[in-house]
This record gives sequence, C-alpha cells and structure tokens, in this order.
Amino acid sequence: METNYTPQDYKSSGKVKWCPGCGDHAVLNTLHKAMAELGVAPDQMAVISGIGCSSRLPYYMNSYGFHTIHGRASAIATGLKTANPDLTVWQVTGDGDCLAIGGNHFIHAVRRNVDLNIILMNNRIYGLTKGQYSPTSPKGFISKSSPYGTVEEPFRPAELCLGARGQFFARLLDVDLKNSQETLVAAARHKGCSVVEALVNCVIFNDGTHRDIQEKEFRADRTIYLRHGEKMIFGNNRDKGLMLDGFQLKVVTIGQDGITEDDILTHDAHCIDNTLHFKLATMTGPDFPVALGVIRDVEAPTYEEEVRRQVADVQAKRPQVKCLNDFFKTLETWEIK
Amino acid sequence: MIVTNKTLDKAVIRFCGDSGDGMQLTGTLFSTLSAVFGNEISTFPDYPAEMRAPQGSLSGVSGYQVHIGAQKIYTPGDQADVLIAMNPAALKTNVKNIKRDAVVVIDEDTFDQSGLEKAEFKTDNPFKELNIESAQILSVPISSLTKSSLADSGLDNKSILRCKNMFALGFVCWLFNKPLEQAEHLLGNKFGKKPTLLQANLKVMTDGYNYGHNIHASVSTYTVNPTKMEKGTYTDVKGNQATAWGLIAASEKSGLPLFLGSYPITPATDILHELAARKELGVKTVQAEDEIAGVCTAIGAAFGGNLAATSTSGPGIALKSEAIGLAVMAELPLVVIDVQRGGPSTGLPTKAEQTDLLQALYGRNGESPCVVIAASTPANCFDYAFQAAKIALEHMTPVILMTDAFLANGSSAWRIPDMKDYPAIVPPFVPEEMQGQWAPYLRNDKNFVRYWAVAGRKGFAHRIGGLEKDGRTGAISTDPENHQRMTDLRQKKVDAIAQVIPPLKVEGDPTADVLVVGWGGTYGHLYAAVEELNAAGRKTALAHFNYINPLPANTAEVLSKYKKIVVCELNNGQFAAYLRSKMPAGLDIRQFDKVQAQPFSVEEVREAVLAQF
Repeated sequence: METNYTPQDYKSSGKVKWCPGCGDHAVLNTLHKAMAELGVAPDQMAVISGIGCSSRLPYYMNSYGFHTIHGRASAIATGLKTANPDLTVWQVTGDGDCLAIGGNHFIHAVRRNVDLNIILMNNRIYGLTKGQYSPTSPKGFISKSSPYGTVEEPFRPAELCLGARGQFFARLLDVDLKNSQETLVAAARHKGCSVVEALVNCVIFNDGTHRDIQEKEFRADRTIYLRHGEKMIFGNNRDKGLMLDGFQLKVVTIGQDGITEDDILTHDAHCIDNTLHFKLATMTGPDFPVALGVIRDVEAPTYEEEVRRQVADVQAKRPQVKCLNDFFKTLETWEIK
Repeated sequence: MIVTNKTLDKAVIRFCGDSGDGMQLTGTLFSTLSAVFGNEISTFPDYPAEMRAPQGSLSGVSGYQVHIGAQKIYTPGDQADVLIAMNPAALKTNVKNIKRDAVVVIDEDTFDQSGLEKAEFKTDNPFKELNIESAQILSVPISSLTKSSLADSGLDNKSILRCKNMFALGFVCWLFNKPLEQAEHLLGNKFGKKPTLLQANLKVMTDGYNYGHNIHASVSTYTVNPTKMEKGTYTDVKGNQATAWGLIAASEKSGLPLFLGSYPITPATDILHELAARKELGVKTVQAEDEIAGVCTAIGAAFGGNLAATSTSGPGIALKSEAIGLAVMAELPLVVIDVQRGGPSTGLPTKAEQTDLLQALYGRNGESPCVVIAASTPANCFDYAFQAAKIALEHMTPVILMTDAFLANGSSAWRIPDMKDYPAIVPPFVPEEMQGQWAPYLRNDKNFVRYWAVAGRKGFAHRIGGLEKDGRTGAISTDPENHQRMTDLRQKKVDAIAQVIPPLKVEGDPTADVLVVGWGGTYGHLYAAVEELNAAGRKTALAHFNYINPLPANTAEVLSKYKKIVVCELNNGQFAAYLRSKMPAGLDIRQFDKVQAQPFSVEEVREAVLAQF
C-alpha cells in the first residue's frame, strides 16, 4: 500500500543510544518502516514506555511519546487510549519492565483488550542495570544476581498473554527484518490488545541468548513462520511440517511415511479457541521449531470502544441530563423561599 | 399524663443498632426530612469496621448521628440528646456519646437474657451497670409491635423484622413533632419499585408515630424550629458525592472530558461509585487493577488531554507516590483525592484522621513539590474539588485534595449552585502560532507554567518523560546546572499559585490574643469551639486553612498578629510542624493533637484552648 509517509518521517532527531549490535535497533527501524506502511500520521500515534533499555524507544520516534516509570506503561497506555481512542497507541517494554514489575498491569491490559500494540523486547536480562536475571531467564541462568544460577522457572510471555485471554499474540526475531515488519503491521491493524514478543539480543550482558534460532544457516530449520491460511511448513528445504498426533503437535517430513503437503496443518490465527495457539506459541527446540509471525489474531470488542459505547448508550437513555445543572434537577431537593 | 413540648435551638439524635438493623437508612431519612422541614443538619455515620460481625455483638454496632438546628450548626454534635438503641450492644457502645439527661429509646424485646449476654452485660440491669439511671429510658417493644403491625401483611417473619427501623423512625418523628408526609414521600422514592415493601414500611412508620402519640410516657417531645436559610434549592449531600460533582463541574468549565482511574478503598470508594454512574455526563471511569494503575491510567488520560483524577485513601497515596512524582516531573495536570482514614498501614479504614498531611506534602522521592488543598465541610468538597481541578489544569501540576472519612460520609444540607456562577477553567494550551518555535518545556514567564500540547494534536508531536530534561528543548539532560534550574522552576511554579488563591481569613474575634488554627475536616468543631469561647467572654480567633501548599500569601502576616497560636489537628502535629518550617521564627505555635480516629468534640477543643489562656 502506498502512503504519504516514509520511514524517515517517524525518526526523531534524538540520537539513538543503544549499544552497537543491540537487537533493539532492528525493532526500531522496523517500526519506522511499519508505520510508513500503515500511513498513520506521526502526530496521530503515541509510544508509551516504562523503564529499561527498550523503553528509550519513544525518544527515537517523531511521534507523541511518553517515557514513564518502571512497569507502568500498560496502565498509562490504557488511560491514554481510553481517553483518546482515536490515537494509535504503542507500548514498548522489556521482559523486566513488562513481566516483573509491570506484570499485573500487563495481564490486565491484555484481559481488558485495550487496543494497544505492545512490543515486548525479550532479551532475557536486565541490561540497563547491567546484568541481572529477568523473569524470562532460563532456570539455572548465571548472572550478577544469580552467581550460582537461578533456581526459578521463567515465564513464557505467550502463556501469560493467552492465559490472560489475549486475542493477539505474535513473535518476531530481531534479525528477521522482512517478517518483522509484516508482524508489526499486523499487530497495528488488529483491533484490540496486540502482544508482539520481540526476541532481541543483548550484546553486552546476554549475547547469543537467541543464537539457536538467529544464525542464518539454521534459522529456517529451527523456526517456523506462521501465516493465517497457510500450511505450517518450514525448513531449509521446505520439507518439514507440523501435524497433530492426538492432542500433541508433531514435526513430520513431507515425502516420508506417505505424508504429503495435504496432511500438514493449516494455520488458523482467527480460531476463537486458543488451544492450538497455545501449543504453537510454546514450541521450543530442539524437537520443535520456534513459532514466529502472527500466532493468534481474533477480533473481539475493545475496552475503549465499550467504554465509549456505554457512555453513548446512557446519554441516549437520559437525554434530559446534558450538564450538571440538569443532573441537579434529578436529585431529591427542597426549596427554601 | 401530660406530654410537654420543649422548643430547642438544636438537638442531637443518635440512631444505633446492629449493622443489619438499617440504622444508616433511618438516620439518613430523619436528617433529610429535618432538612426539608427547614432545619440545619449535619450528620456523622459511625460504621462498624467488621464486614458482618455476629448479630447482637458489640463489634457489629452501626450508628448514625444527626444534628438538627434552628440556627447554623457546624458539627454533628458531641453528645446525643436522644439515643435510639435497637439492642443492648448498641446501648452499651453508644452510652459514652449521650448527655446525662438524654432520652434513651430502646427496643425492649431485644433486652432479654440472650441479648444482654451477647452484649457482655454481667447483670440483668444494663442501665444500672452503665450508670445511666439519670437518663430518661423509654422502653418500647419495637420488635413485637412491628410484628403485630405487619401480622396481616403476608410478609415472612424476617422481612417483617427488617421493618422495625421504620417503627423507630416513626417514633422519633413523633418525638420531634415532624409531620410524616415528607417521610412518606422519601420512602416512596426509596421503595417505589417494591409496592409491598413500601406499604409495609409506611404502615410500620405510621404505627411507630401513633404509638408515641398514644403512650402515657412521661417524656417531653421536642420542637426544633426551621432556620432562616438562604433562598434556593437544597439537597442533602455527602462529602464524597460533592467531591465527585465538583470534578464534573470542572470538566464542564474546562471543556475537557473527565476521567477517573481508581481502585476501591474505604472510605474513598463512593467517589468511584458516583462517577461511574455519571455516564450521561460523559464521565469515563476505569476501575484499575491496583492503586498504581489507578493513578497511572489517570496520568495517561492527562497526556491525552482529559481532566484526569484518581481517588484513594492513605494507603493508596503511598502506592501512588512514584507516579505522582512522574506527574510532577512531566508537568501534567492531575487531581489526586486522599480521603484520609486512620493509619498507619491498614489502620482504621472506616474512621477519620488527618495523618496523611506530611505524606501528601513530602511523600515522594526527589524534590517533588505538589499542590495540597483540603476541603473542610461535606458540602464544600464540591468547591475544593473544583478548585483542585482548576489549579491542576491551569498550572500543569498534580494537586492533592485532602478530605477524610468524616467529611466523605457526613452530610449537610447544600444549596445547589448554578454552574453559570462558577469561573471558566482555561488550560494553557499551546497557541497554534507557536508551531515551529514551541518546545514541550517552554514556559509562561509569569507563572512558570509550560504550554500544553495534548497527544494527538496536529503538528505538535513531542516526547516527555520522567527523566530530567533540558529546560528549553525537553531533551534528556544530566547537566548539573540544568537540574538545579529545573528543580527551582518546579518549586517556583507551585509557589506562584499563592498569588491566585484567596487570602487566609480570620473568624471568631480577630482582636483576640489566642488564635486557633486548623485545616481540613475539623472546621466545624473548631468553629463551634471558638464561638463558645467568645460567647463565654474568652476572646478567641480562628484561622482555618484550605490551601496548604502553597500557603495563602498573607499567612505569616496573619499569624504574626497573635500572641499564642494553638494548632488543633487529628494527628501528632503535622500541620504545626509544617507551619514552623514555613513561618518566620518567634511565633508561639502550640499544639492540640488527637489520634483516636474520631473527630474532635467541641468540648475538648474548647477546654484545650482555654488551658492556653
């Protein structure tokens, strides 16, 4: 689609201060491109962030932006979108900001289905505070605050999102620029709360955390890019696919054991039941490919529209009360003469 | 026998019973019908802290005190002239709140062995045990009379007994010579959709009235004549309602939609209830997932150009502190309502204190000045909520409005204002012609207020945040001199508000040597005490503060005129300490403090001030 905007229109004059090689650069550039593709005017969008490396992103967008306090971006974005439903609202957050200190606000924004586009930059580390484990660090992870390894299980963002009845979940990989743009555009076009888990690398404190799927030579074998209506096929030779075996997913090879392309599952992102989305979103190596792209995308009424509708309904039912003076007339009153 | 009738200037009536006995409704109906009759009213609900304490127990007693007057009254009254006790526990817990010669009406059916035991009486003579034999006890079989009154109603026994509060109401109406027509009208509004219940309640109330009329009790009835009130249309308003409506008024006068982000907390929740119900006036409310989200949704709404507010009590303020600091730093308009309750921690959630003052003033990290103002009557919560919003919007700052449980749940008669008499609110929107030269922290050099470009306005896209920023461009800055300059500017901006708030005024006898000082919800008690002192020939002045930060510009000038200053507050001296830090040295600032999670009594204030002469 042709729009009047170029990625340049979304770049602010602020100097980008992330470390060279940080995965956040790729997400920022992709967001500039996605916005140009969407054609939303820079002053009709707002980017809300919390605290952390990724939360610096609003300063690099030539839009309205609010760099707030640690963990609270979902709540602030909820207020902004409810107050001003016509704005396109992005929330940029990290695994610590969103899932530790901000976990409560995050799940409630998802549950309410506020029309926010949440980019959750997951590098499985606290970078800004220089290297502590985060809620997504794998069990046993060694960091400055876990010198003997963590003893706790990590969150998987997809489970939180879908568990909070999220209607849109997607995943992108920082180095996968082309697909990432498509994913962000889909997130923005989805009416409702969109959660995009961006797997990003932290070159300084957690370099290579996503190496298993990042390296070009085996990326195609270890990830699967899901598109609604398309067969779940992946692999360097496009010969692997996903099938159901009872209640479980299994990886099969097309051409072996009589399996043809017709036997492979077709991705239905719009399916209201989220069982299969859960399974797809939680696939991990080495037995399964990591799912990228839009895993779930289901239309449902949004919070801010419901709020607006309810106000309009009550106003239609009480046309005699248009202002406070009118309202006072409906009270139990008496006259002093 | 002869029933005499006494005419009183004012009378205090206290309804109390088990929390299921409907005493709050009875008290509200009596205060409203008295107000409609033309009396001044002031009320004080005294809820039990327990959600549902065992029936008949001491901890389950709920009370509602009504002060009615033929002249101006300022408080719900110290001690009751008439006590209605629906069970022995109610009598026992309220006996400290009655005058020695009070009329005490009891439901004698509940004063049986079991009732006395539940109330932990040791003997079978509760009056002797409580040493209230000087009171005039009116023993009325309220339960059994209610039962016989409704024997043919078709209602089940439980529903019948629920009506006994109406018997008490009818009886008290007789005692105070109040015609029943108004009560009937009020009941009609209350039970209009349930005709069977309405008929039952009306019958019981009438029977209660007639019972009083017919008994041969050696008791006097009372008349409290109508007062001369200002002409107008009146309603009975509680502080929390008035607060909610004041915000709506500010929304209308500013042309900005009203947004409330709030989390339920006693005693502030009624503000959320009231605003959630006002959708016809375009109000948006978000019941947030927690206190922090309550204030944060409001901050987001302020960024989006709404009049944004959050309502809470002390524990909620503690949780919101960091976010209030964000509003200070980002310089966004925000109204934070603190309906104070007893603390610390969970404290005494249903009771009133003034112990959050220093938290409101200083309870944030960094140099983080906020405007703090306080309402002083249930009705003027309307005006101070309006003022809080006006200051927030016109000066781009968070404003903390302090009320308390006493104001929030107490009610007074309120002359309904006409909104055309209220001033316009004019936020400092950036003028269109500044496009191109504008930066987000460019200020008006008179009041140091930055210009506001609401998110979504064409041509003014910009970034703000909680990091220190360059005073000119708004870009992140860690420059030491810049930080000093910004810190000073944020303070100067709040200080400059002293120029637009009304000066401190002195009531009572301004020529006195002794000045009583208070702030917020204690106004009625302090005023009444000062009035009594002056009437007794003790010259006393009163300066009551509604504006706390900044203080009115003439504060030092006023306070310097008095030899002795007695700061009376429901905490351990927080406002006194604040005044000492702000006023010139040499003032004799004394304290009368109380931290019992109860309002002052007029008597104790009077005695405490007298001791300073």
